[in-house]
Amino acid sequence: MKFSCGRGAMSITSSSAAWKPTDVVADQFPAGLRVLVVDDDPTCLMILEKMLRTCLYEVTKCNRAETALSILRENKNGFDIVISDVHMPDMDGFKLLEHIGLEMDLPVIMMSADDGKHVVMKGVTHGACDYLIKPVRIEALKNIWQHVVRKRKNEWKDFEQSGSVEEGDRQPKQSEDADYSSSANEGNWRGSKKRKDDEEETDERDDTSTLKKPRVVWSVELHQQFVAAVNQLGIDKAVPKKILELMNVPGLTRENVASHLQKYRLYLRRLSGVSQHQSNLNPPFISPQDSTFGPLSSLNGLDLQALAATGQLPTQSFARLQAAGLGRPTAKSSIPMTLVDQRNIFSFENPKLRFGEGQQQQQHMNNKQQINLLNGIPTNMEPRQLASLQHGGQSIGNMNMQVASHGAQNNQNNSLLMQMGQPQSRGQILGDTTVSHSPRRPSSMGQPILSNGMAANVASRNGIPETIGATSYNPVSQATSTLNFPMNHASELPGNSFPLGSTPGISSFSSKGTFQEDVSSEIKGSGGFMPSYVKFNDLSQHKPQNWELQNVGMTFNFPQHSSSLQSNLMQSVLVQQGSSGQMNGHNRSSAVVSRAMFSAGDIKEHGNAQNVNQHLNNLVDNIIRVKSEGVFDTSPGNLFPVHFGQEDLMGALLKQQDSIAPTENEFDFDGYSKDNIPV
Amino acid sequence: MNRNRLQHQVACMRKSLFDQGYLDEPFIQLEELQDDANPNFVQEIVTLFYTDSARLIQNIEHALNSRPIDFNKLDDYMHQFKGSSSSIGAKKVTNECTVFREYCSAENAEGCIRSFQQVKQEYAILRRKLEVYLQMVGQAAVSQTA
Repeated sequence: MKFSCGRGAMSITSSSAAWKPTDVVADQFPAGLRVLVVDDDPTCLMILEKMLRTCLYEVTKCNRAETALSILRENKNGFDIVISDVHMPDMDGFKLLEHIGLEMDLPVIMMSADDGKHVVMKGVTHGACDYLIKPVRIEALKNIWQHVVRKRKNEWKDFEQSGSVEEGDRQPKQSEDADYSSSANEGNWRGSKKRKDDEEETDERDDTSTLKKPRVVWSVELHQQFVAAVNQLGIDKAVPKKILELMNVPGLTRENVASHLQKYRLYLRRLSGVSQHQSNLNPPFISPQDSTFGPLSSLNGLDLQALAATGQLPTQSFARLQAAGLGRPTAKSSIPMTLVDQRNIFSFENPKLRFGEGQQQQQHMNNKQQINLLNGIPTNMEPRQLASLQHGGQSIGNMNMQVASHGAQNNQNNSLLMQMGQPQSRGQILGDTTVSHSPRRPSSMGQPILSNGMAANVASRNGIPETIGATSYNPVSQATSTLNFPMNHASELPGNSFPLGSTPGISSFSSKGTFQEDVSSEIKGSGGFMPSYVKFNDLSQHKPQNWELQNVGMTFNFPQHSSSLQSNLMQSVLVQQGSSGQMNGHNRSSAVVSRAMFSAGDIKEHGNAQNVNQHLNNLVDNIIRVKSEGVFDTSPGNLFPVHFGQEDLMGALLKQQDSIAPTENEFDFDGYSKDNIPV
Repeated sequence: MNRNRLQHQVACMRKSLFDQGYLDEPFIQLEELQDDANPNFVQEIVTLFYTDSARLIQNIEHALNSRPIDFNKLDDYMHQFKGSSSSIGAKKVTNECTVFREYCSAENAEGCIRSFQQVKQEYAILRRKLEVYLQMVGQAAVSQTA
């Protein structure tokens, strides 16, 4: 389906196979972003509407906060972002902000003629993702899409952090640094590996069903009960035992309550600004330790309670959000809400993305996988690297999340993943997720999400332009493949939005290849995130991709230094992407090759250029499922080699000291284990 | 009227509106937003502004006349008025609004009353000029198509 909104609708026209990320991005994304603008001033409202339309967004305006809320409630996934005035007669803008954050978890931009510091600060503490001073210039509105992407990415990261527990293989507590990268990757990888063959997009994966260990799912209802009990007791006097008694939930243990309470306290503290610095101020994405907090900034100010109360949050997502909000300091979410949470998060995301419910299960799985991917991320990653990865991978992370969450449609997932495009070192995750699901369901593939209609679909559903900043503009012409990795709109991906030279991208890139094949199957539920995501799906659909296996080897040269290697890899990967690849098989191959490349790079690092070459050859010969994810950055966001610095990439590569060895195995997604990823 | 002359007059008046500080950058944004889909966008917005301003001015008058003066409410109204006037680039009006709000936060009733007079005055001047200007713009546009 084409995405076509009423006004300012951008039909996601197909990008040509030679779609260039920049082209697409510039042309398409963020066209179609669904904006709700709320302002009691009719003059401003009309001006804003016109400006937003000029930005090619899909605009809905209303002059009352209550109206806005009901519109949003009725249309859960109908909007991507909200812009609201601060001073409104019927409701304080900040209150509206909180409501929206809680109930819909949409990014909200505040605006006011008031530019006083304390008002702006209020916006920050209440969780606004931006604050515009009136009179608003159209230039300021042109970039609001970044908040959508960022939020998704953050959520993805949260997800990763909290997730990835299911997999029993999850590596033992990773260092905080690696929190999301390592644990998530790990979990994802393993999960994806296992899942790959098991899951089909229609897997009825219940939150807990796939989990290996029983875990408490802090559903919205449960959390509500919890909060009610806490409030009844008084936050100061609320002890787990008493809370447990009040809640009177069979099967719930004091330990469950205790750990949840801990998180809840952190969350409250964060709301009150105590921990602001941790979550919000950490630059880019928070240092690894804080990564859990980072993305939560948006959660600040959110009353999870309320959110849960509204039932808006999918069961787990609430818990996850809360957990996220609580800022689990450790990478691992000790909370039982691992997968479950992840799923929830995704589910939560889902609504936003308008993904089908059916995707929940997939999401679940995806989430896990994604998490696994993250786990795979070398724990050795330097915090800054991680941060940068995260940073870069924001969108990707989001995408991954998205993708995962929308298990339903592989395509969607794919597209999501692809779409994310943001350079994230965690692109791996995406790759993993996709990779792990080898069986791509044609049906899902068929999802319009990708290029041909997928993107449009996604777009229309999500109102988000095809690529979230990534080039993932799906060429309409192809239902699938064009690997439109939305990755990084900014970068030029040859044909595929695969940013050249962005290190992280490589891994993701390769993942992409895999995605194509597996993405659809693996990325379940990511579906509708963005058109770009769709692209991913397309890829998996084996539509003529821009990849060509033969290209794989072409650029592969082993530079003497890691950075070169990386760039080579990237190049190779990119090349792959760029070539019109025949997807299915090729994707794999490409992915494999990409991976091989990475591995090779790694090998090279270790001075085994020869091995690398061989390795590569092997890879090429063994076109297996691409395990793109694993290469180095399992962060979900890594799918796209977005602006990831070479050093980061190198770091990631280096982490996988031993990854190269079993290249063949690695390609097999299932077989892709953490071996490669030094934990 | 001769089209060129009309256009010239329009350009001159426009320039003076900006040079004299009646209009500011946001007004240019409005002009740029005008397109084939909304050929009268500027006029529409300005008209909307007049309507809304009339309402706000009335509210402020009322609040200023009530005793005791509710400065919070006053500030609220003026905040709104300032917001919309700044949106269309009514520079002088906006500046007077700022002065008013300063008196308001100081709870200086006298100052508020005086500065409100200024606000109304600037608003009246701007409105007059804009009406003339936009009328000319309309005429020039018609003459162009004629």
